[in-house]
Amino acid sequence: MSDARPLEGSQRDAAAEFAKLERTWQSPEGFLGWFTHVNHTNIGRRFVVTSGVFFLLSGILALIMRLQLLTPLNDVLDPETYSQVMTVHGTAMMFLFAIPAMEGVGIYLVPLMVGARDMAFPRLNAFGYYVYLIGGVTFFVSLPLGLAPNAGWFNYVPLSGREFAEGYGVDIWTTMITFIEISALTAAVELIVTIFKLRVPGMSLNRMPIFVWTILVMSFMIMFAMPSVIVASAFLMMDRLIETQFFVPEMGGSVLLWQHLFWFFGHPEVYIILVPALGIVTSIVVTFSQRPVFGYTALVLAVVGVGMVSFGLWVHHMYTTGLPLMGRSFFQAASAMISIPAGVQIYCWIATMWGAKIRFATPMLWVLGFFAIFITGGLTGVMVASVPFDRQVHDTYFVVAHFHYVLVGGAVFPLMAGLYYWFPKASGRLMDERLGKWSCVLVFVGFNLAFFPMHQLGLEGMPRRVYTYLPGLGWDWMNQLATLGAFTLAGGFGLTFWNAIRSLRRGEIAGDNPWDAPTLEWATTSPPLNCNFARQAVVRNSEPLWTWKEENRRTVVDGLSTTRRETIVTTLLDARPQSVQILPSPTPWPFFSAVAASICFFGLIFSPWFYVIGVFATFVTFTFWFLPRKREEVV
Amino acid sequence: MITARLACAVSGLSFIAACEGTQNVLAPASPDARLIASLSWWMFALAVLILIVTLGLLLVAVALRRNGEARAISRRRATILVVLGGVVAPICAIVAVTVSGAAIGDETEGGRRIDGATVRVAGERWWWEFSYLAADGEVLAVTANELHLPVGRRSRILLESDNVIHSFWAPNLQGKTDLIPGATNMLFAEPEVSGEWRGQCAEFCGLQHGLMGFLVIGEPPEDFAGWLAAQAEPAAVTSHPGLGVFLSLGCGECHTIRGSTADGEIGPDLTHLASRRTLAAATLPNTRGHLAGWITSTQEIKPGALMPEIVPDPADLQHLLDFLEALE
Repeated sequence: MSDARPLEGSQRDAAAEFAKLERTWQSPEGFLGWFTHVNHTNIGRRFVVTSGVFFLLSGILALIMRLQLLTPLNDVLDPETYSQVMTVHGTAMMFLFAIPAMEGVGIYLVPLMVGARDMAFPRLNAFGYYVYLIGGVTFFVSLPLGLAPNAGWFNYVPLSGREFAEGYGVDIWTTMITFIEISALTAAVELIVTIFKLRVPGMSLNRMPIFVWTILVMSFMIMFAMPSVIVASAFLMMDRLIETQFFVPEMGGSVLLWQHLFWFFGHPEVYIILVPALGIVTSIVVTFSQRPVFGYTALVLAVVGVGMVSFGLWVHHMYTTGLPLMGRSFFQAASAMISIPAGVQIYCWIATMWGAKIRFATPMLWVLGFFAIFITGGLTGVMVASVPFDRQVHDTYFVVAHFHYVLVGGAVFPLMAGLYYWFPKASGRLMDERLGKWSCVLVFVGFNLAFFPMHQLGLEGMPRRVYTYLPGLGWDWMNQLATLGAFTLAGGFGLTFWNAIRSLRRGEIAGDNPWDAPTLEWATTSPPLNCNFARQAVVRNSEPLWTWKEENRRTVVDGLSTTRRETIVTTLLDARPQSVQILPSPTPWPFFSAVAASICFFGLIFSPWFYVIGVFATFVTFTFWFLPRKREEVV
Repeated sequence: MITARLACAVSGLSFIAACEGTQNVLAPASPDARLIASLSWWMFALAVLILIVTLGLLLVAVALRRNGEARAISRRRATILVVLGGVVAPICAIVAVTVSGAAIGDETEGGRRIDGATVRVAGERWWWEFSYLAADGEVLAVTANELHLPVGRRSRILLESDNVIHSFWAPNLQGKTDLIPGATNMLFAEPEVSGEWRGQCAEFCGLQHGLMGFLVIGEPPEDFAGWLAAQAEPAAVTSHPGLGVFLSLGCGECHTIRGSTADGEIGPDLTHLASRRTLAAATLPNTRGHLAGWITSTQEIKPGALMPEIVPDPADLQHLLDFLEALE
C-alpha cells in the first residue's frame, strides 16, 4: 500500500493491468447475461428504475382517483374499483416505490461513497432485486385483473379478514408484503455490512458522508421494523388460509393487535423513507454551498435520534381506538419529540448555507422545495400529535394532506433532487437544466394546489378513503382545485421523466465531478468503472475530493488482484486496513432462487402443496448458489 | 354558519340531505368541540409563525451574500441558531402540545355529569343503529341514522360493532371514536344549541364507507322526551294493504316494524321511518320519490349495499309507499 501515489502512472503495464481489472468486473452481456448481474451499480440502477416505473403507475392511479373525486357523486369508478385503486396506490407508493427507491439509491451510492468496489454480498443483492420485481409485478397485475386487494394499504382486520374480504386480493397483499420484507431485509443486511466493513482506509465512522449515515440508520430501522409486519402479515395470511383466529375477537383474538403490529412497523416505515432523503439533502446542500456541513456530529445524532424515537410513537395512529388517555398522552409527547432532531437538522442546513455562494442548479431548487413542503408537513405533524386535535382530524383529508406533505416533501422532492444530482454520475450525462427547473416549479405549484386545500377539506368534515361525497357540504370547489393541482403535479413529474430519458442520449457530457462535490462517488468516472475505482482511495477527512484538489494529488491503495473481484476490508470504527474480501462473480442462481421462492409463496394462496414444492425448489437453488468454485489460487 | 343551517332547513328542496357547515370541525356546537376548535386555531397560528420564521431564516441564509462574497456565519452564532431552532423551540412545542393535549383530552373525553340520554350505537354495513337505553340498560327505542340528543345535557354514546371497524364522527359536537369489534367504546355529546348536524363514518369499512352518514338533531329536553316517547311506541299503522306487500316481498326478513310480524334484525328498524328526515344513511331526503328510488334502484344509488333491489308491481309499490309514509 502506498499512501501518496500520483494518479497518472501511465505506463503501458498499468493500462494492461487496468484492462484486466475491468474485464474481471465486467457483467455478462446479452439478454441471458442480464439475469446473472451482481455488480451493485447494476442492481442499484435496477431498483431505482423499477421503483420509478411503480411511482409512475401509482401516480396514474392517484390521477384516476382525483378524477373520481372531481365532482360529488361522480361515477368514473365504482366503489369496488375505487377501493382497489386506493389500496394499490397506497401500498405501491409505500412498498413498491418509496422503500425500494431509497434502497436502490443506497445500493447504488453507498459502495461508491465509501470507496468500495462492490457490496459485501453481491448475490444476495441480486436476489433481493428479483424478489422485489416479481412481488411488485404480480401485485400490480392483480389490479387490471380485478383481483387486487380492496381493504386499504393498512389492511385493518376484520375488513381484511376471511369473513369480509373474500377472493384473493388480501392474500396477494400479504404475499407481496412478505416479498418486499425479504427484499428490504436483504438490502438492509448488506448495506450495514458494507458500511461497517468495506469503507476505504481512513474513512473512520466520523468521516463518513452523512448520506452513508442515513443509509446505515435506515438499514437498522428496516431490521427492527420489518419483523413486526412480517409477524402481522403472516398472522393474517394464516387467519385467512388455515383459520388461526389471531384477529378474530369471537375466538379470543384481537383486532387491535393488528393495528399495534402494523403501526409498530408502519410508523418507523415513514422514517425509513424519510431518513435517506435527509442524507440526499445534506449531500446537495454541502455540494452547492461548497462548504463542509455545519454540525456534523449534531446531524448524525439527529438522524440516529429520529431512528430511535420513530419506534416509540406508533400509537398516534390509534388515538381514536379507545385506548386510555393516560397512555395516549405519553405517545403525544413522543410524537412531538421528533421535532427536536428534525429542527436540529433544518437549522444545521440553514447554518451551512448561511451566506454561502449557493449555486441554484436544479438539484438545489428541489431541495428548497423540500424545505418549504417538508416543514409545513412537519408542523401539521406536531398538530396531529395532539390527542384532542387528532380525534377531530384523524382519518380525514387533513391527514391525507399532512402525510403527503411529509412524504412528497420529505422523500419525493429529495429523490428528485438526487436524480438530477446523481444522474450524471450514473449515466455520464447531465440532465437538462431548463426542463428540470420547469419540472420543479410545476411540481411545487401543482403539489400545493392539490394538497393544501385538503387541510381545509378535512376540517370541513371530509373523511379519507371515500369513493364519493354528497353535494352541498361545501367540499366541491376544493376537490376541483385538488384535482387540477394533481394534474399539474403529474405534468411536472412527466417533464422530469422525459428529461431523464432524453438526457440519456442527448445530455451534456458530465465529466467525473460536474458539481465539484467532495465525496468519493465523484472520484471515479461517470458512469463508474466496472470495478468502481481503479485504485481504492485512502481518505483523511470527510471531504476527500476537496482536499485532493487543494493538494493536487490523490491518496490510493494498491496491490489488489486484477484477476478476481477483491475489495479492502477495514476495521469498524477507525477503518484501518484489515484484509481483503473476495467477492463472487456473476451467476443466475439468485434469479432461480427468487423464482422458486415466488412459486412457494404465491402458490400458497391457491394450495398448500406449493409451499412444499417451493421450499424444496428454493433449497436446490440455494445449493447451487453457494456451491464452492475451484479457485485457481488460494489466498 | 347559522344562516347556512337555516338555508338548508328552509329550502328542503336540495336533492341531497347535506348542508355546508353542518359537518365542520371549526363550527363547534358543543363545549367539547369548542375547546378543540380553539386549540386548533392556536396551533394553526403558532405553526404559521414557526413556518414564517424558519423559511424566513432560510431565505436570509441563501440570499445573504454581499458583493458576491461568501460570508460564513460564526461558529458560535450558528450553534446558537441550531440550539434555539432545533432544541429550545421544539421543546416548547412538545410541552405545549402535551400539556394542552392531556388537559383538553381529559375535559372532552370525560363524563363529568351524565344527565342526557344513553345511546348504544351499532355500526353496520353501511348504516347506523341507535338504541336508546334506560338507566337499567333496557332498550327504550331503536332507530337508525338519526340521532336525537337533548340540548344542554351531556349524553353518553356507547359504540359497538359486530362486523368491521367503523368510526363515529359528528365533528360539530365531538372528536371521533372507533367502533371496535369485541369492545365497547364511549364518547360524550353535549349540543349547546338546537340544530341539525351531520356525521359520517371515518374508518374505512368497505364499499359504502363513503356514504355512511347520519344526522344529529339537538332539541330542547322536552321535545327530546316527546320524540323518544313517540319512538318507543309500536308502529302507528298495523293494518294496511302496504304491510301485506311489505311482508310478501320478504322485507320483514331484514327489517323490523314493531307491532307487526316483521322482525328482521339485519337492516334498519322501520317502525317510525316516516318520522326520519333522510334515507339510506343520511344520503337521500326522505320523500316519496326518493323512497321509491331507494327500494327499486338500491344498487344504482349505493353499489354494493347489502339491501337487494326489489321491483314490485306499480300498484303494489304505491301501496308499499303509502304504508311506509304512514309510519310516523
